[in-house]
Amino acid sequence: MKRLSIAEALREAMREEMLRDERVFLIGEDIGIPQGFGGAFTVTLGLSDEFGHERVVDTPISEKAIVGAAVGAAMMGMRPIADVQYSDFLFCAADEIINQAAKMTYMSGGTVKVPMVLRAPVGATNRGAQHAQSPEGFFMHVPGWKVAVPATAYDAKGLLKTAVRDEGPVLIFEHKRLYGKGGRKEAGGLDLTSGIPDEDYCIPFGQAVVRREGADLTIVATLLMMHRSLAAADLLAQEGINIEVIDPRTLVPFDNETMLASVAKTGKLLIVEEDNLTGGWGAEVAARVADSGFDLLDAPIKRLASYDVPMPFAPVLENFVVPSVDRIIELARAMVKGKV
Amino acid sequence: MISPSTPPGLLLRMYRDMIRIRKFEEKVYLLFLEGKVLGTIHQYQGQEAVAVGVCSALRRNDCITSTHRPHGHCIAKGVPLDSMMAELFAKSTGCCKAKGGSMHMGDISVGAVPAIAIVAGGVTLAAGMGLAYKLQRSDRVVACFFGDGAVNEGAFHEGANLAAIKKLPVVFICENNFYAASTPMQLTTPVGIAERAAAYGIPGVVVDGNDVAAVYQATVTAVARARRGEGPTLIECQTYRTVGHSRGDAGTYRPKEEVELWKQRDPIERLRRSLIADGAAENEIAAIEAEADREIETAVAFAESSLPPQPEDALLHVYGEGVTP
Ligand SMILES: Cc1ncc(C[n+]2csc(CCOP(=O)(O)OP(=O)(O)O)c2C)c(N)n1
Ligand SMILES: [Mg+2]
Repeated sequence: MKRLSIAEALREAMREEMLRDERVFLIGEDIGIPQGFGGAFTVTLGLSDEFGHERVVDTPISEKAIVGAAVGAAMMGMRPIADVQYSDFLFCAADEIINQAAKMTYMSGGTVKVPMVLRAPVGATNRGAQHAQSPEGFFMHVPGWKVAVPATAYDAKGLLKTAVRDEGPVLIFEHKRLYGKGGRKEAGGLDLTSGIPDEDYCIPFGQAVVRREGADLTIVATLLMMHRSLAAADLLAQEGINIEVIDPRTLVPFDNETMLASVAKTGKLLIVEEDNLTGGWGAEVAARVADSGFDLLDAPIKRLASYDVPMPFAPVLENFVVPSVDRIIELARAMVKGKV
Repeated sequence: MISPSTPPGLLLRMYRDMIRIRKFEEKVYLLFLEGKVLGTIHQYQGQEAVAVGVCSALRRNDCITSTHRPHGHCIAKGVPLDSMMAELFAKSTGCCKAKGGSMHMGDISVGAVPAIAIVAGGVTLAAGMGLAYKLQRSDRVVACFFGDGAVNEGAFHEGANLAAIKKLPVVFICENNFYAASTPMQLTTPVGIAERAAAYGIPGVVVDGNDVAAVYQATVTAVARARRGEGPTLIECQTYRTVGHSRGDAGTYRPKEEVELWKQRDPIERLRRSLIADGAAENEIAAIEAEADREIETAVAFAESSLPPQPEDALLHVYGEGVTP
């Protein structure tokens, strides 16, 4: 048992999968340059030294070609792990992601498989509107892609391994503020390391975890918002309010059962997400609960998300737009007290 | 050597703008280390001759598109340093009202479209801007800046080809600093960048991007062609960023000797030597430098004393307001 950060856990997962299966290779920008960065967030650092430049493929700045090549190689029996430096650049490869990877298996009547992984960092970090989005909901909308959202190092390793072994395309959204050991300081000085077992493990998709138990209100949140929700729950506990926090870990497939079981207990649901409100993954989740958990609810479902604006640069603006611990506390408290 | 046929008055003005960029960037770096400039910065030291040579060949109402590394382009196009500094300080008086930040710096009133931080994102937009000028029977042109890294994006090819076939008034300025982040160009780009112009049937030229007069003259030729309605030109300016890719990049992937070699070719030093050889007075040059220092001090004071935006300002400017009948 050792403790790793999310970046280290992802790196270890890739390394172990590359050792285990020679079909696995990495493809992306700045990922294997000698004395380089190891990708935009150091995740692939050292892997080209170990596996060489044939299996750690540095590309031109060509997102369409990165994703398209991953689709093509996957169809021909390889197991590519592709990455874009910021999730905003997924849109540069929208055709390859949405029209190609997602549909190939279906269009071929199940005869062609696309076992690829696409990694993409999300989250606002004072870099303005084109390096800030949390577009999980966009891709959740596309049938064909599985979508993983690891918020801990343990999950990052286990979910990435499952993704590599999956027979279809999997998107992994990683949060920029959660990569480091203590997170970036803006993440609130969290301990973001996890104990990682020595033996190989995978985490099955579609299994949420209850991060914290409580009887008064259920919060469903992912990535940074999951950590902020936990922080809010800790503070509310001092007021005698007990929040249950659920981390879905994958948005597709989504673990409806764990969430509904929690709502059955608390009667109240708050969904917290970093993407802007309209059409985010939270809207889909709310609709599902309204559909199959209506009788369990004793209050309207609430969503707390970023405002419907592109992400502004200024920290005062960004902090206003993205849900903070304080805003989670305020809304959760009001819900428990029956005020909203 | 600096090409001799550029009028000395212009050379001095270009020197002034190059110094303003250099000193601005050096100050911004210190302010970044002090924590006054937030987010990230991609700086322009070493490439000043490109922005200044190009923008000196443009009129005020011509436009530029810029990149994630926009400070130099903006200064050369005439964005006031006050409003740029305030933007970096995330103040409401910033040129983008603190919504853009370093990577989206710009001011449309001087023809600097807010910078586009998606690599090659400006290329297709520049074609569209050129299309507008053509439809408007205007003789305005667009100068579209992008890096060596951008030429391998699909958007580059699509934008360049469209501009070429429609003979749009665009000048494509590739700032080839030989690296895209940590990736050296020889790992990504099998033919010379200017050679690609042949694929679009447009002129492609390579210039010494550290020779401001050479950049200026190549741009004058390309702009004239564009204004005549003969279509775009691709100018590859070979240059070097003598600093890291972004804040905190120590540049370990570049050989030290290479960085040193390029520092010897510093575009500002070169212009200075040649100005002096051509008879400019030392004190005239010193005065330009002192004036730039003062201007930057004023900009910092302006930024520091400006107010931050109100949090609710985040909700403004999302949609185009109103309908024109
Ligand atoms: C579409 C897209 N992909 C990747 C990036 C991340 N990125 C920002 S700058 C950069 C390198 C750009 O290199 P180049 O075009 O040569 O410009 P330079 O930085 O050298 O000025 C990369 C990969 C981006 N901003 N946009
Ligand atoms: Mg470059």
